[in-house]
Amino acid sequence: MIQAVAFYLFAAIVVLSAAMVITARNPVHSVLWLILAFFNAAGLMVIVGAEFIAMLLVIVYVGAVAVLFLFVVMMLDIDFAELRAGFVKYLPIGIVLAVALAAEILIGVGAWSAGGIELSTRISPIDAAVPNIEAIGRLLYTRYLLVFEGAGLVLLVAMIGAIVLTHRERTGVIKQNIARQVARRSKDAVRKVNQPVGQGVEL
Amino acid sequence: MSYGTQMLFILPELVLTLGSLVLMLAAAWGGQASTRAISYAAVALLIGAGIALAGPASTGGEAFDGLWRSDAFGTFAKILIYIASGVAILIAPRFFADTSGDDLRPEYPVLMLLAAVGMGMMVSAADLLTLYVGLELQSLAAYVLASFMRRDQRSAEAGLKYFILGALASGILLYGISLVYGFSGTTLYSGISAAYAGTKSLGLLFGLVFVFAGLAFKIAAVPFHMWTPDVYEGAPTPVTLSFASAQKVAAVALALRIAVEAMGPATADWRQIVIFASLASIILGAVAAINQSNIKRLLAYSSINNIGFALIGLAAGTEDGIAAVLVYMTIYVAMTLGSFLVVLQMRGADGQPVESIASLSGMSRTRPGLALALAMFMFSLAGIPPLFGFYAKFAVFDAAVRAGLFPLAVIGIAASVIGAYYYLRIVKTMYFDEAAPAFAPSESVVEKGLIAASAVFISPAGYLLIPALSAASLTAARALF
Repeated sequence: MIQAVAFYLFAAIVVLSAAMVITARNPVHSVLWLILAFFNAAGLMVIVGAEFIAMLLVIVYVGAVAVLFLFVVMMLDIDFAELRAGFVKYLPIGIVLAVALAAEILIGVGAWSAGGIELSTRISPIDAAVPNIEAIGRLLYTRYLLVFEGAGLVLLVAMIGAIVLTHRERTGVIKQNIARQVARRSKDAVRKVNQPVGQGVEL
Repeated sequence: MSYGTQMLFILPELVLTLGSLVLMLAAAWGGQASTRAISYAAVALLIGAGIALAGPASTGGEAFDGLWRSDAFGTFAKILIYIASGVAILIAPRFFADTSGDDLRPEYPVLMLLAAVGMGMMVSAADLLTLYVGLELQSLAAYVLASFMRRDQRSAEAGLKYFILGALASGILLYGISLVYGFSGTTLYSGISAAYAGTKSLGLLFGLVFVFAGLAFKIAAVPFHMWTPDVYEGAPTPVTLSFASAQKVAAVALALRIAVEAMGPATADWRQIVIFASLASIILGAVAAINQSNIKRLLAYSSINNIGFALIGLAAGTEDGIAAVLVYMTIYVAMTLGSFLVVLQMRGADGQPVESIASLSGMSRTRPGLALALAMFMFSLAGIPPLFGFYAKFAVFDAAVRAGLFPLAVIGIAASVIGAYYYLRIVKTMYFDEAAPAFAPSESVVEKGLIAASAVFISPAGYLLIPALSAASLTAARALF
């Protein structure tokens, strides 16, 4: 029972917040809705017994998106005094959101400890005796090795692409030349002078 | 099966991957100066990959627990892909050298090679996961290549448009894949086929519709064609050439395999979608091309139009039909390579590329050889008899008629007449209009040779190849059933 309730709760919120992501006028609000969507997707993962993927969703997506969001905020021209002025005004709604997320975690964990949802068919059945991470690792490096390597190539192409499209030779900047630094010997830089008394130093 | 044996199944992909990694390192040390050498090495690698197709890579069957299938079908598609990619790499240095703005950087051939790996994965995939990773590998490289001329606004626009719309299409495709996986419980083509053979749930049908919508985007079939003219026009011409040939072949082969191998039992369901996409592409491709004044945009609409004809063969859904699509794509690749190579020769007196159709006026007097070649490509694309393009259309219509799809064949033939109008308009511009300023002479022997080779292939001499071509395409098509 609790699993079904949790499933419909999480699923409904995912769909709702996904709709809000694309309808919200303020991009910052969109990002917040996106985080909510990811969070609830993680909840869905928990109730099908994929805790590891749930944690990944929270850590990678929520974490990464939150950091990205921070960068955006830092780049925007925002008056922080004004921002703080709204803090008290928005405090109740913030607390409601926090309570809602905490309640979702409780429901999710409750559903998970109640046994999770049984999916009808799986291409790779889950062995209850094997922990989640180990099971994923085994599949990733045996059955899906080819696809895993392919995904690596996709990332390589993404990296090459980013460099190709943004890198340019900059002129007029001083660069560090490590080879020259290392090749420099003390005799190039240090000069011993037998300084006669009463005369100035010539540099 | 040991990993060592399985590596032989993906030998062409291995050759290309490892080769491109080495070339990437060479590029990092060699810098800009090494571009030409790396381009030639990349072409050599493509030839090597073609040779590597000879072993278990073409006949081996399933590998990697069913994620991969090495068969005659994949080999047929890969040969076309390697040839088209090789040409796209070979002609790039001169194009970029003559065009003001960005120079060709050594990443260009490397990205082309990695795209070829992705295309190889697409055509050999026997699992939705392999399919998707291959598709993304190819697409991601394509987005970067489209905006390779960073200082050119149109190129940047093409890359951005392609990226956003491509991401949307990937989303649609993934949604379909997730539905298919959810309702069939497997991502293997064989398992999905078994699920479609049983009672088809609504979820499976929805999945099928979304998968076909995503694929229609990749092959640029109406109503998912909107990106094509802008991207083809904005991307550097050698890149457009690979979009119109190699990537088109890969996407079509992917669609054929998934339609027959994974969703074969649901032929009656997807046939409606394919027939609609096919007729809409033929008609829209023909009508929308009439008003174009830019030759690359015109060729983009021409590719939409041609995809429509190729889909007629898929709509038949029979072995003959699939073989006809493969024959069509082979001849289409030759015609497309030829046409774009001629576009590459179009440069003004200052050496800058010109793309307007008006600049072709009177070319029959200033460059008779080039005019003759372009006229042949245009007649062939229009499907006018003694040229080889006629046989391509004949093969797909024949398959459709044999599958009992008379209305489809009749409407297709009628619409090809509309299409003939704008192909003939180019011929008229070249032969009967007042002469425009002549193009700068071309010195490249390679390009001239390639134009001549494609012209000979699509000339009536190409009919000599019919027995070999039909035997090869039939073997390839049989591998799917």
